[in-house]
Amino acid sequence: MSSLLECKNLSKSFGPVRALDKINLSIGRGRIVGLLGPNASGKSTFIKICNDLLTPTEGEIFINGHKPGIETKKIVSYLPDKNYLNDWMKVSDIIDFFSDFYQDFNKDKAYDMLSRLGITANQRLKTMSKGTKEKVQLILVMSREAQLYLLDEPIGGVDPAARDYILDTIIRNYNENATIIISTHLIADIEKILDDVIFIREGQIVLSKTVDDIREETGKSVDSLFREVFKC
Amino acid sequence: MPWDLKSDRPIYAQLIEQLELRICSGVYPLGSKMPSVRDLAQEASVNPNTMQKALSKLEEDGLIYTNRTSGRFVTEDIDVIHKARNKLAQEQVQEFLKKMIDLGFKYNEILSVINEMLKELKK
Repeated sequence: MSSLLECKNLSKSFGPVRALDKINLSIGRGRIVGLLGPNASGKSTFIKICNDLLTPTEGEIFINGHKPGIETKKIVSYLPDKNYLNDWMKVSDIIDFFSDFYQDFNKDKAYDMLSRLGITANQRLKTMSKGTKEKVQLILVMSREAQLYLLDEPIGGVDPAARDYILDTIIRNYNENATIIISTHLIADIEKILDDVIFIREGQIVLSKTVDDIREETGKSVDSLFREVFKC
Repeated sequence: MPWDLKSDRPIYAQLIEQLELRICSGVYPLGSKMPSVRDLAQEASVNPNTMQKALSKLEEDGLIYTNRTSGRFVTEDIDVIHKARNKLAQEQVQEFLKKMIDLGFKYNEILSVINEMLKELKK
């Protein structure tokens, strides 16, 4: 199986701080991967490097054989950990904007998801709650027919019912050529839908295994193992 | 029938058990078409790859078969289903017996408790 994402000795330093420290990873297609770690472990830094928002200090990263850049942005759909959409825009404006911007954007899918979550398309972003804005952002990201989805804390700000819907959406949109990487610390909620988990601490990978292997070998859920490994 | 998945055992193994249970109890009747992997995964809120893996194991065991053009079907062989049903029953009884022995029950005591409970049930 050819890997979709590959990094070799990937490192990133911010001054004296080593945010990523010699990461070696190979992630195949058709996987749902959880990138799990406590705060400040390097999760967002890793995802930002994948999106060419940060450049590595050392090492290399390839997505579908390319270094992060124009070619990879065509096939990577990214949900950042903050809101970057213009507040004055209506949802329908943003959908038009996205479909102009990305060739693989599926408008029908976006409108379908909006109606399921009870969000009206002519509403302006600034009139929305924090949770609703997050839902809109996730809908935009999941409406692309991308090969790699990078979701940075996608379920943090939404209520449990919407969280279930979002996880359902991820399962429903699953396609064997696409991989989804989800960074989160809400592990119990998502571990059932993950193939693999990667534990990251202080910029280093401490564990990379399938969920079922972890359960088989330790007799514990990923959530309890995480609490053990990262005990403060 | 809700999908009851515990968090400390492999999901794959639990899906196999739950699918067997559904086949033996007629939720998916003899010879009927199974829902798609995607629908099953969504129903159980699990990863489609894991569901796929569980279905492949059931196929290996002969409980379901794949028709290349039209999807997956439950076997029409009643003997295979009877065997699976017996296996599930044995597992349940084994678990029950283990708990009773842990509680300090002797062979005869276990039988008499069961007999009494069965009488109650008949009423």
